[in-house]
Amino acid sequence: MTAATAATGRRPTRTARAGLVASALSLALVLALTLAVSLGAVDIPVREVWTVVGHRLTGSAPEAGTRDLIVWQLRVPRALLAAIVGAGLGLVGTAVQALVRNPLADPYLLGISSGASLGAVAVIVLGAGTGFAFGFGVPAAAFAGALASFALVWAIARRGGGFAPMRLVLAGVAIGQFLSGFTSFLILQAGDEQQTRGVLFWLMGSLGAATWDQLAVPAAAVALGWLALQGRARHLNALLMGDETAAGLGVDPSRLRRELFAVTSLLTGVLVAVSGAIGFVGLLVPHVCRLVVGGDHRRLLPLSALTGAVLLVAVDTVARTALDTQELPIGVVTAVIGAPVLLYLLDRKLER
Amino acid sequence: MRITVEDITVTLGGRDVLSDVGLIAAEGEIAGLVGPNGSGKSTLLRTVYRHLRPHAGRVLLADRDVRSMAPAQAARHIAALPQERGSDFEFTVREVVAMGRTPFKRAFGGDDERDHATVAEALERVGLQAYAEHRFAELSGGERQRVLLARAFAQQPDVLVLDEPTNHLDVQHQVELLALLREQRRTTLISLHDLNAAASLCDRLHVLHDGALVASGTPLEVLTPDLLAMVFGVRAAVVEHPLTGDPLIAFDHRKTMPAPPAEESPVTV
Repeated sequence: MTAATAATGRRPTRTARAGLVASALSLALVLALTLAVSLGAVDIPVREVWTVVGHRLTGSAPEAGTRDLIVWQLRVPRALLAAIVGAGLGLVGTAVQALVRNPLADPYLLGISSGASLGAVAVIVLGAGTGFAFGFGVPAAAFAGALASFALVWAIARRGGGFAPMRLVLAGVAIGQFLSGFTSFLILQAGDEQQTRGVLFWLMGSLGAATWDQLAVPAAAVALGWLALQGRARHLNALLMGDETAAGLGVDPSRLRRELFAVTSLLTGVLVAVSGAIGFVGLLVPHVCRLVVGGDHRRLLPLSALTGAVLLVAVDTVARTALDTQELPIGVVTAVIGAPVLLYLLDRKLER
Repeated sequence: MRITVEDITVTLGGRDVLSDVGLIAAEGEIAGLVGPNGSGKSTLLRTVYRHLRPHAGRVLLADRDVRSMAPAQAARHIAALPQERGSDFEFTVREVVAMGRTPFKRAFGGDDERDHATVAEALERVGLQAYAEHRFAELSGGERQRVLLARAFAQQPDVLVLDEPTNHLDVQHQVELLALLREQRRTTLISLHDLNAAASLCDRLHVLHDGALVASGTPLEVLTPDLLAMVFGVRAAVVEHPLTGDPLIAFDHRKTMPAPPAEESPVTV
């Protein structure tokens, strides 16, 4: 038990603490973004990073050359995409945990990412040789796959009326496994090693394809998703106490779950389409944030988004720079960090 | 405000869980629901706080059908304390009580002074102001029930609906909780397992048996040895409580009382 808990009644209120944490996280995000742009195969001093960014933002004549190319065309969009995807995963994780009323649920539990993966892999493998594989085709196919699995899970979960959490999870797991089977089959059909590598890299998540053009859609999706969830923050709190409690507080639990499922599925679909399936972030970030600022979603949602953003920018930087010879899939890094953290949290929970 | 349950029938999974039940909880009255497990007490309460939709009949708040009201509007008048326990999501006591303000708030609406004051007052009324910043999950069962009652108070309801609030509480906490309810003098609809508690707390009792209402009246009128034998299948004497004067049911714990065959039992071929 921590000292803060022992000092009953004298600890700072969670609202005050949340403000502090939010400020610290915002600072950390700026720092992480700066480092992410600075570090890499070619290290660029932090001051130069900001000089290039300053030139670009103020519209003054950019210094042409490799530094400008590396900073503005390669690393800044990638770092921003990492922040956007991380924020999105934090939000989706928080919402899904409320949706299925389990603090250790994962956004990928509902089968959406399996559909997205199948779509992407189908295009990579079947569309190979058409020169279409790593262009616009893969994200679009991934999103289409996400929508298809969303429709399937929805159709199964809504039967019986209540849109019950357990039914939703079981439908998600079943559909997810079903689609993963097809994905595995397709990978076996892959023509050459190059293709298989491309597929695996994508399945484990990567932000390597980030460009400026790609940022707008996920940024808009995350912003809209956040608004949709934040507006329902009080209702999410009520839902966690149970369906009957929610009903007694004037919240229709079935309707709220339908809305949540739609929002989280669409957002997950967009995220997976631009970055592949990045595990553990959506699972761990809300859980850790809950331990720090408590369960009230009015605070939890923005802080989970911020934490997810900081975490994924940092993790992507590690994925890019850890090995000299090649880039690690980001999902490998999140798993290596995430699994021990998860075990630590479980241990902590048992001790209580 | 008065609650009128008007001949409601609730069908779940093709079975009538409640058929044609009607009762009234008058303004300021504590109306108790008693009956064996599965007799339909929780189902009836759930239709009152709008978790279940009756297949026939209506629930009226004063003169308005609760189904004609928006969910949040109904929740500003009727507060529920269901049996379910929330899982551990790191809420503090204050946060749980503050959920009672949900029906009053718009999307993105923050807490104002009135919300803070209402929550503080609700906590004080159940004697838990010192526990405001404690984790809800760390409390004892009795304290948790009082927190949930405070949440209901924070809804500033005209009607309280409580589903076996004393379940799993030790005797002292049961007495404490019932005393809190008695002080309220608010229209209350409560289901209770403990018949003696019901006899002492409630102004009127309604007895449910297999989804039908079989008796209504004051505790003294309703709790007769015959009814206890018929509905609960127990042998009991009803005497005057030596301390309070309430009806006191003394069960014979040595043998049950098989229910007498109903007069119009359906003939099976």
